[in-house]
Amino acid sequence: MSQYQVKAGPEAFLPPAAASMGVILPNPGECHIEGRIAPEEEGYEYAARKFLEAKVPTIFPGPLVLWNWNENATKKAKAIRALADALPARLIPMADYRPKYPKIDAEAEINPNHPNLTIWHNKIDVCIFVGVHCHQANLALKIIRGGTDCFTMAMCAQAGHEDACLSFRDATVEKIEKLMAAVNKLKKEGVKSQAVPFKQIKMTSSGRVA
Amino acid sequence: MNKDKITLCEDLADIMPPEYHELVETATYGKEGRGWKDIGSSKELIEQHSLCAGCPESIAFRYILASLPAPENTVFVGSTGCTSLVFPHVAVQNIHSLFGNQNAIASGLKRTLKRRFPDVEKDVVVLAGDGATVDIGLDMTMQSWFRQEKFTTICFDNELYANTGGQESGLMQKGFVAKMAPAGKNFDKVRLPEIAREAGCHYVAMLTVSKPNRVEKAIRNAIMVAREIGPTYIQLYTPCILEIGKQSMEGLDEMKDAESIGGRFVMKEYISDQAQELLDTIAAEEKAKKKAAKEKKTVSA
Ligand SMILES: Cc1ncc(C[n+]2csc(CCOP(=O)(O)OP(=O)(O)O)c2C)c(N)n1
Ligand code: SF4
Repeated sequence: MSQYQVKAGPEAFLPPAAASMGVILPNPGECHIEGRIAPEEEGYEYAARKFLEAKVPTIFPGPLVLWNWNENATKKAKAIRALADALPARLIPMADYRPKYPKIDAEAEINPNHPNLTIWHNKIDVCIFVGVHCHQANLALKIIRGGTDCFTMAMCAQAGHEDACLSFRDATVEKIEKLMAAVNKLKKEGVKSQAVPFKQIKMTSSGRVA
Repeated sequence: MNKDKITLCEDLADIMPPEYHELVETATYGKEGRGWKDIGSSKELIEQHSLCAGCPESIAFRYILASLPAPENTVFVGSTGCTSLVFPHVAVQNIHSLFGNQNAIASGLKRTLKRRFPDVEKDVVVLAGDGATVDIGLDMTMQSWFRQEKFTTICFDNELYANTGGQESGLMQKGFVAKMAPAGKNFDKVRLPEIAREAGCHYVAMLTVSKPNRVEKAIRNAIMVAREIGPTYIQLYTPCILEIGKQSMEGLDEMKDAESIGGRFVMKEYISDQAQELLDTIAAEEKAKKKAAKEKKTVSA
């Protein structure tokens, strides 16, 4: 049987779980790229290139990095902001996992129960999940692969995600910074960001300010 | 969770939708004397719910969440049923357990939290339907009481299995005919409050959710007694308006009827001597505090 590849969709209304198709998780120091196990270093370059080639590169930070629940979360948030600035990429939060029907503001937030709405609305072609609890990330990644043509990546703090098109594991502040370094290196080599111009959304308790 | 942790990371705060800013800025986490009166004026710990429009369980949820003495240090354990659909909307830590297992999960959780955080009072509260509490989970419910586990069990008594379409439950009244129990119930409503008292609960209350101040008092009493002494049980009548053929606005009337003289839900409380002593002490302390605050106000005025 040929190796199943975790490609950008749209694959099917119910895409198979990549694990059930024989995709295995990377070991420490490795990543997976479309289901192929590769050294982590290769992943940084691949992810950076994907991001720079994208029209709407987007970072989806989850509750583990949005909420200030420990010192590490603060540091990761800082690194994520720096990565977004370096690319540039949109930052769209997955602030919690409530099924927000039908009120979701697809321009400004993403929800694991219907992540496709945010992908479609913003025409996101490359994204990365970071700080999302594994079971919710798995759900969202599968729905995205099922119904959209977005290339998904995961900066997972645990063992990685088979259902992402590219997945790192054991995410740390340093790993987010390594991804940023790969972006800067490519840029220095002349690779230009293809991102369409955008303005990062800004919000306060009284609403949207930018 | 400590209330200091309910803040946003500075570097990403500005991408967060307004409701999360509001949660940090105006929720009642850590506020002394929080209660049902905060509903509508402070950021609530539950905004939307996924129950039927007008379901009394929704207002019961609001009152309970507003009455928790320390929401930032409370963990709910839920079970399958209509209540479980609400938990994903609640801004308090919660765990969903396999149907019926809720009091077993809560036992382990409470003991573990005690070991893990010896210096912090962590409240564990079970909240489940009557099918989960009295039928399928009765073993777990009662064993936790026998063992004197220190947490509160709240049962939303809608007198049937609502989430699966209306099957007969132990708390259903005799003779009641439900959609999935067409022959009518042949035996009496299980007297769980009395069973709870005999099984070792130190504070037991059965009431409707028609009066928020009563619900608040019962919840606070139950949690305080569970902290210091042992298991407590609260049974709240939250009629399933869908099953009894009522409109969205009629839940309140149904509860008022049920708690009027001679009704099934006239409020009752059972309090052990030990628990009464504790509640008296807490009441005296609160009174003294209020008096001192009043005196301070008059002096400064
Ligand atoms: C172990 C197990 N058995 C049965 C079910 C099916 N089930 C789901 S909800 C439910 C009824 C819940 O009734 P109750 O506890 O009274 O809560 P309500 O829905 O009335 O609030 C049942 C039997 C299940 N989910 N798990
Ligand atoms: S089925 Fe009954 S108990 Fe369940 S949400 Fe609807 S009205 Fe409430």
